[in-house]
Amino acid sequence: MSRVTHYFKSLLLIELFKGMGLTMGYMFKPKYTVRYPMEHIPKSNRFRGLHALRRYANGEERCIACKLCEAVCPALAITIDSAPRASDGQRRTTRYDIDLFKCIFCGFCEESCPVDSIVETSIHEYHFEQRGENVVNKLQLLAIGDRFEQQIAADRAQDAAYR
Amino acid sequence: MLDQLIQQLVWPIVYILCITVPLIIAVAMFVYWERKVIGWMHVRMGPNKIGPFGLLQAFADVVKLLIKEVILPTNANRFLYYLAPLLALIPALAAWAVIPFSSRMVLSNANAGVLYLLAMTSMGVYGIILAGWASNSRYALLGALRSAAQVISYELAMGLCLVCVLVLAGSLNLSDIVNAQAGSKGLLDWFWLPLLPVFVIYFISGVAETNRAPFDVAEGESEIVAGFHVEYSGSAFAIFFLAEYANMILVSFLASILFMGGWLSPLQGVITANVSPWVNWIWTGGFIWLFIKAFIFSFMFLWFRASFPRYRYDQIMRLGWKVFIPIAIVWVLVAGCLKYFGLVSIGPGV
Repeated sequence: MSRVTHYFKSLLLIELFKGMGLTMGYMFKPKYTVRYPMEHIPKSNRFRGLHALRRYANGEERCIACKLCEAVCPALAITIDSAPRASDGQRRTTRYDIDLFKCIFCGFCEESCPVDSIVETSIHEYHFEQRGENVVNKLQLLAIGDRFEQQIAADRAQDAAYR
Repeated sequence: MLDQLIQQLVWPIVYILCITVPLIIAVAMFVYWERKVIGWMHVRMGPNKIGPFGLLQAFADVVKLLIKEVILPTNANRFLYYLAPLLALIPALAAWAVIPFSSRMVLSNANAGVLYLLAMTSMGVYGIILAGWASNSRYALLGALRSAAQVISYELAMGLCLVCVLVLAGSLNLSDIVNAQAGSKGLLDWFWLPLLPVFVIYFISGVAETNRAPFDVAEGESEIVAGFHVEYSGSAFAIFFLAEYANMILVSFLASILFMGGWLSPLQGVITANVSPWVNWIWTGGFIWLFIKAFIFSFMFLWFRASFPRYRYDQIMRLGWKVFIPIAIVWVLVAGCLKYFGLVSIGPGV
């Protein structure tokens, strides 16, 4: 008997019509597509994107050239040179390069930093046009930090309770 | 002399252009519509960037294909390699000559129109076989062999379906076939009702013959990359593309003409008022009805593609030889009985 019903089911294409009904139903459903350049999906405050070097409120750079980030970096993307600063003899970096091609955006540099200087911002829309632009130096990192300080501080404040 | 020249050369060319140019534009819009519909069924949006609602996407694709290089593979047969796309396209366009768009709009009202159509649609497979063979590629050859076997198998079922229509209509002329479906009971007078199983078989065979999903093993991306046109690029590929979609639209038109009453209105005989020439076509019939029917059928192609996974090759052969052909043969007898005992009302076409 089941054979007979199966025979008629397949002859009358029942299953196929069911499938077509399903696809027709989906045709009129609201679409999940996010029209990317115009629309964005929500981003976590813990998002690890482009790096930045932060400053204190008085304009003094935070980095004290302890080189913990350089040591912890699993991809060896960070290169730091340091020397006493000419004006007051404080220990400061003379060179702070991050190779963004090597970087795996693990966030260890930020975790290791004792003065919250190097951070990974939530910026992820950036590009390079020339060879070599992938290595960002200290001035660029500080500039990114200056420009997005508000956002960086807000993200850190939001996450502070869980740290 | 000049009059004769214009009569015999210029006007036919104008008529031909009046069919092929809209057809090519229709193909472009059909490609766009396919991507839209399949996108919607996948809960995506489909192309929506180029032009309003992405309407110009197909034209952008054409430009892209035309400015690309046509690559000739090493050791490919140059002559056949370039001949194959033309052999695929020419029958796909030539078949349109006998399609009656309305009772008066037909390029060639040939008496053996159905035979001509069968001949033309069968020619297309030569383009595919030659493309596969001339490319000097294993994938292309496999695709071509699959395609050839499949098209030949389904052509048999398709031909038997046509026999049913011919038995009822009593004519090989497509206009006569449509007129034979005229009557006073609206869409119940059309041949789909007495020939329902054959109608389904005809359309499914049409899908198989145009190598469309779920019968697209000839292309089979997952196994043989793109089948017979894997080595083609640029405008040569565009011609294959054009031929495939022109064939799809052709099969849609044929299904409408043979089984769904062509340009006849589904309200024929139900409403007989005479309001104004602008609205009378809704119940007296006109080419717009044919276009609406063909649009629905061509939508079915896209619907199938979005719904069904690809058939396995032996399943395709089983379906063609062990299901469709026996049913079609039985229905030829049924159609003969229906006609003999006068159980189907045949319109004034005969």
